[in-house]
Amino acid sequence: MKIPKRKFDVLVIGAGGGGLRGSLQLAQAEASVAVVSKVFPTRSHTVAAQGGMNAALANVLPDNWHWHMYDTVKGSDYLGDQDAIEYMCRAASKIVIEMEHFGVPFSRLENGKIYQRPFGGQSQNFGGDQAARTCAAADRTGHAILHSLYQQNIRAKTHFFDEFFAIDLIKDDEGFILGAVVLEIETGEPMLIEAKTTLLATGGAGQLFRTNTNAHINTGDGLAMALRAGVPLQDMEFFQFHPTGIAGKGMLISEAARGEGGYLVNKDGERFMERYAPHAKDLASRDVVSRSISIEVLEGRGCGPSGDYVHLKLDHLKREVLDKKLPAICESIRTFLGVEPATDLIPVYPTAHYTMGGIPTNRHGQVVVPVSTGEEPIPGLYAVGECACVSVHGANRLGGNSLLDIVVFGRAAGNDIVNFLQENRYHRPMSEESVESALGRLARWDQKGKGEPVDTIRRELQAVMEKYCGVFRNEDILSEGLGKVLEIEQRMSQVRLQDHSRIFNTARIEAMELENLIDIAVATVTSALARKESRGAHSRTDYPDRDDQNWLKHTLYYKDTRRLDYKPVKLKPITVESFPPKERVY
Amino acid sequence: MKFRIHRFNPETDAKPYMQDVELDIEPSKMVRDALIRIKAKDETLAFRHSCGEGVCGSDAINVNGTNALGCLTRLSSLQEPIEIRPVPGMPIIRDLIVDMEQFYHHYRAVKPYLIRHDPEPEVEYRQTPQQRDKLDGLYECILCGCCSTSCPSFWWNPDKFRGPAALLQAWRFLADSRDQATDERLRELDGPYRLFRCHTIMNCVTVCPKGLNPTKAINEIKKLMLKEMI
Ligand SMILES: Cc1cc2nc3c(=O)[nH]c(=O)nc-3n(C[C@H](O)[C@H](O)[C@H](O)COP(=O)(O)OP(=O)(O)OC[C@H]3O[C@@H](n4cnc5c(N)ncnc54)[C@H](O)[C@@H]3O)c2cc1C
Ligand code: SF4
Repeated sequence: MKIPKRKFDVLVIGAGGGGLRGSLQLAQAEASVAVVSKVFPTRSHTVAAQGGMNAALANVLPDNWHWHMYDTVKGSDYLGDQDAIEYMCRAASKIVIEMEHFGVPFSRLENGKIYQRPFGGQSQNFGGDQAARTCAAADRTGHAILHSLYQQNIRAKTHFFDEFFAIDLIKDDEGFILGAVVLEIETGEPMLIEAKTTLLATGGAGQLFRTNTNAHINTGDGLAMALRAGVPLQDMEFFQFHPTGIAGKGMLISEAARGEGGYLVNKDGERFMERYAPHAKDLASRDVVSRSISIEVLEGRGCGPSGDYVHLKLDHLKREVLDKKLPAICESIRTFLGVEPATDLIPVYPTAHYTMGGIPTNRHGQVVVPVSTGEEPIPGLYAVGECACVSVHGANRLGGNSLLDIVVFGRAAGNDIVNFLQENRYHRPMSEESVESALGRLARWDQKGKGEPVDTIRRELQAVMEKYCGVFRNEDILSEGLGKVLEIEQRMSQVRLQDHSRIFNTARIEAMELENLIDIAVATVTSALARKESRGAHSRTDYPDRDDQNWLKHTLYYKDTRRLDYKPVKLKPITVESFPPKERVY
Repeated sequence: MKFRIHRFNPETDAKPYMQDVELDIEPSKMVRDALIRIKAKDETLAFRHSCGEGVCGSDAINVNGTNALGCLTRLSSLQEPIEIRPVPGMPIIRDLIVDMEQFYHHYRAVKPYLIRHDPEPEVEYRQTPQQRDKLDGLYECILCGCCSTSCPSFWWNPDKFRGPAALLQAWRFLADSRDQATDERLRELDGPYRLFRCHTIMNCVTVCPKGLNPTKAINEIKKLMLKEMI
């Protein structure tokens, strides 16, 4: 089939913070860049980030990047790669200041500097007192960052393909990635975007779970595209459950609420985090707080008629703090719960939030796969942001480190791509075979007749993932879960669309998103079943302890035979001494 | 509950029509929840939506005659049958989906980015909390388009009048103590149309789901223009 074709130096798939920081770097270096996004750029889910972005500016309390590095390594439960973590924490201050220069309306201190608030898992002096490291624009930091980055891209004249859906990557016989086949949603017509390099920045996969803090569009498309291109996914068993989603609904109440002085109570009004984390209390790492809430509920100390949530208490905070520092959260609580944060308790429960795993990359954003001598980049393929696993978050991400991750590595990837372009000046011959196969994915949905609807399967998948791959896991639950997910995968071939129109056919998009989610679900459950230890967000009741002897390693999952492989954690930083694994207490 | 939904698929329908739908749904749910459930039964219904909490700005629609975000509009606040249409004044692509390009064009045209002429310091530009307060009520815009598509001046001059959302953003940068392009920005807005087509009808203020006030921003720009002229 002949389809329209466009040619660029670089194709960026995704217009969240990661993609837009990458494209900006490239546009400024005068590369020709196309950014493809399935929604208008400012509707990407980075817009929903609330609390802020970490950098050791030391504007409020003493701080330095090395302490930030220590906290991140510890937060990751020692699964994070220390070279990438050093790189990110060292770069943080410069990057935040650059974002400020781009126009981000950060909240301010009296002396005119950027406002910083305490967040979970932060300490001064390698595990000492609480630090205040999170740079914030009230509780709308993601919105402020995403809009500023889009605005800078307007200024740099980046080429946008808004409301284009990427279907699959194009790969030639030598393993080079040559761009992607995309679908113009408005017309329903496919198009080939040829590029010397492709940067995946498609965000997370929170829609794997029924209750989540993510947007409808967070279906992990980039992860599934990578899998289909033969790239493994790394550490997919580590999915973050945020301690404070609005119970039963999922909207997030940022850690900023606890950073500004809020805390959790059980049905007896007890501030239970004092028992689980005597030092950091409500600002312990997210995995720790989420497990504590789950235990309170399991042991009968939950709140409400069914005892299935706990309360977040903000009513003791000063009116000014609520109005100035947490305005959007308060608005959300009023809209979705109909309660008043200044006087009422807020029902919260751990909610699926962040994909720690993803496409394996090095700290330059290059997608890497293991070879006998170590690792090798896949030529022409980069990944950044929540879809990537670099890995700075390891087994548990610290709040405020993802907004940082996306801009640090978006920028780094942009720079590295500029080098790649210098060495790879010409487009390679197109692989027609690969284009046909991508088009086949689209054509499959033209099949007519009776079959199960997409919506039913998606709901079932989300319910299964929530039940069988949640905060606490064990061998039996995960095995059963894997069976269910594989059965859903089987049924997918019988699914049919009723809507076969071309123009703005959202049903077709949702069908392809569901295929992606299923691939990722299989990867997640398979990886979780294999890891026989508890580390960070992966909590096995049958293996309650961390096992560094056998499991201080990254998981790699391949789609072809559902094969697993492992690779070592990079314990060696770039310049400083390694932080060796030790017991993790808060 | 009873709904009347605007339907139009250019591939099969000669012209738009209103479809009656009955749905069993708790009135405490939002309009977006209702649309999602309706789509689960009839997947041909097309509408935009994403975050579900009023920050992405995808799901601007017209509900019982007023522009709003589907995800923030509670069913119980509405009279039945609940009439759902695309936002007015824009070319309709399908069902509830309109072509927003004109709206985005005006946004890009006001140069919605910080402009500085001085060399960059190695630290943050200083801004006092009071200076920063001036951006509250401006930077929160989610580009949903509820305001501009409810503005008669924008319907009549969609190609020339910038519209409330773009002008709010123009003021967001004029009001920013860090920005150094006041003259350029004001010059760009001068003339009979871009700014001055605003007739303070104030629909924009009534519908903005974020509680922002574009009319006030427009007046501030006018005041600043006057001041600069003298
Ligand atoms: C509610 C919430 C609050 C958060 N708060 C914080 C916080 O305070 N601090 C912090 O550090 N982190 C926070 N996070 C995490 C952080 O916001 C995200 O991890 C980060 O923004 C992800 O950015 P991204 O650029 O990787 O992806 P996204 O912003 O999700 O962007 C993905 C992009 O990819 C595009 N895309 C996806 N698939 C396709 C496809 N098939 N074809 C075309 N385009 C596609 C989308 O259109 C979109 O443009 C929060 C997350 C949530 C959900
Ligand atoms: S000003 Fe309000 S109504 Fe207008 S686009 Fe912005 S958020 Fe939407």
